[in-house]
Amino acid sequence: MSGVEATSTEPLQVKEDQEFDVEAEDHLGDDYVVDPTRYMFYRDRKEWADLEPVRQDDGPNPVVKIAYSEKFSDVYDYFRALLKNDEKSERAFALTADAIELNAANYTVWHYRRVLLQALSKDLREEMRYITAIIEEQPKNYQVWHHRRMVVEWLNDPSEELEFIADILSQDAKNYHAWQHRQWVIQEYKLWDDELEFVENLLEEDVRNNSAWNQRHFVISHTTGFSDAAIVEREIQYCLNQIKKAPHNESAWNYLKGMLQDRGMSSQPGLLERVLELKETHCSPYLLAFLFDCYEDALENSVQRENAEEDERKETLKKALEICELLAQEKDTIRKEYWQFLGRSLKNRFQTNIQFIVLSVGRL
Amino acid sequence: VKLLIFSLRTFTKKSTKIDSLLLDKHGDYIAAYGSKKDDYEYTLSEYLRMSGIYWGLTVMDLMSQLPRMNRQEIIDFIKACQHDCGGISASIGHDPHLLYTLSAVQILCLYDSVDALDVDRVVEYVKGLQQEDGSFAGDKWGEIDTRFSFCAVATLALLGKMDTINVDKAVEFVLSCMNFDGGFGCRPGSESHAGQIYCCTGFLSLTGQLHQLNADLLGWWLCERQLPSGGLNGRPEKLPDVCYSWWVLASLKIIGRIHWIDKAKLRMFILACQDEETGGFADRPGDMVDPFHTLFGVAGLSLLGDEQIKAVNPVLCMPEDVLQRIGLQPDLLS
Repeated sequence: MSGVEATSTEPLQVKEDQEFDVEAEDHLGDDYVVDPTRYMFYRDRKEWADLEPVRQDDGPNPVVKIAYSEKFSDVYDYFRALLKNDEKSERAFALTADAIELNAANYTVWHYRRVLLQALSKDLREEMRYITAIIEEQPKNYQVWHHRRMVVEWLNDPSEELEFIADILSQDAKNYHAWQHRQWVIQEYKLWDDELEFVENLLEEDVRNNSAWNQRHFVISHTTGFSDAAIVEREIQYCLNQIKKAPHNESAWNYLKGMLQDRGMSSQPGLLERVLELKETHCSPYLLAFLFDCYEDALENSVQRENAEEDERKETLKKALEICELLAQEKDTIRKEYWQFLGRSLKNRFQTNIQFIVLSVGRL
Repeated sequence: VKLLIFSLRTFTKKSTKIDSLLLDKHGDYIAAYGSKKDDYEYTLSEYLRMSGIYWGLTVMDLMSQLPRMNRQEIIDFIKACQHDCGGISASIGHDPHLLYTLSAVQILCLYDSVDALDVDRVVEYVKGLQQEDGSFAGDKWGEIDTRFSFCAVATLALLGKMDTINVDKAVEFVLSCMNFDGGFGCRPGSESHAGQIYCCTGFLSLTGQLHQLNADLLGWWLCERQLPSGGLNGRPEKLPDVCYSWWVLASLKIIGRIHWIDKAKLRMFILACQDEETGGFADRPGDMVDPFHTLFGVAGLSLLGDEQIKAVNPVLCMPEDVLQRIGLQPDLLS
């Protein structure tokens, strides 16, 4: 599904060079470099006169007529000429910067620039400066981040990365590309040490930043792991503290549930009580959903314990079903279908169970 | 030197609540797209032209208006975009890429003209992009993303050549991208994101591995995307966008839990994203329209059961009748 490329919902960027007052008769020659407010078309530059520009080819039978802006078509006509001749030169390299400025999502231009970087043995440190500037302007674009990654790999030097990404995240703390790049750098170059602290700082700023919560999970699972009971307890405490600050927090509850679901909610002594306590003052649909999960887990475990209290089980089931009802009818009506489904399936699994046990006991 | 950067998509207009589906307007919008005066956006999006054509043709077919498009010209265009390596580029003069290879194959399936391509070479191209860990690169530059895993298997499934890759390894990689919340990201450890989830559930459907999902957990995460407005977002605490009506809804359909969202409210949100004057859909009410959001708005409505629109396949985002003709019925959970 190729459409996914655009799901970062970035608007298509259009740059209008309103201050470029272009006159074809201008005989500025190389002076265009001296006076940067005057832009000169490639077709008017003496040092490009040897190259035949290549017009846009829309196929054997052009589907539609296309009207480009003059600067855009000038730059890309010459880009196509360079590609056609497979020219590997300094002027080609300079032109890719213009082409990128006009359309940084054009992946073919980025490919060509990389080919030139290698063919001309360009200064990769300078390229890092360049790509840094581009990403600052257009941080939601697959091509720019992939390009940066390649340069970092070629240099084998990640020393600027964490600080750079932190800067980008300070402008948009959920930039999906930035987070992927960060994860790659950390994993590739083993830069785990300060990351948990970084995550906590971000969560201080915005406790609902789902990307930061994801990163927290990423760091811990790759360092201490979650099997140590002390770590789990620390994380539970951390989650509950954040929830106290902002109860309506999908990410915190998802994190808590995600961490505990494999080992079982009821495996954590005292957790249920703490959540019930929170319910009084910091209730939310997420808290109720979590409570439900606790009750469900308790029921699953009780089925396995033969001497479990039948009354206790009935009570737990009743509480769980009440939660479903509350959510479906009042607290989270948009997901009514889901809550009713949960209630039904819980009843199916455990009501008969309890009845069966009652019957079995009755027969003894 | 000052550059004025403005975004074409954020001219917000005051919109009155739209509650009916303006199919004719959308047909006119797509049929005329690219020939209208404001061509700059069209020019800028040349680097994804093949996908743009796929979006336009698919939505036209779903609205039973495909004959309005230029079939032969498009087929010729695609032929000119296949490279020696077998891969297909977004447009003429661009480099080949998996994304546009899939779009091209999807278009040719719509037109029942897959033989316009050298199919063996396409298969070789796709196969050549699989990595040792089972993942797929998008092109020779090596970007790894679960989107590309989906593109690879979807392309091969449509061509009936899935057995040419190492499916087990491909599955292994995608499963390694499953997160603690049941969702999937672009690489192992990446944040769960509805677009990536769509690609991974679609992938698992095509490879017959849907049972590996935790459908209840993932279904919960997906139905949590619905906001009070009725619209769907792509991950927690983000804004709704009509394209997520597709990524989220199709995923829910694939895992058999589409009834967990409030369909009426979602429908209202999608309809509100239409533009009564120009036709087409925007990402959210009042914004500028484009073909991408137009397809996913209409496809979303189809999944919700709108009878004015043809049935759409949730795995491949293509009309069901096209897939029936090909004989491709990807698995769905019930």
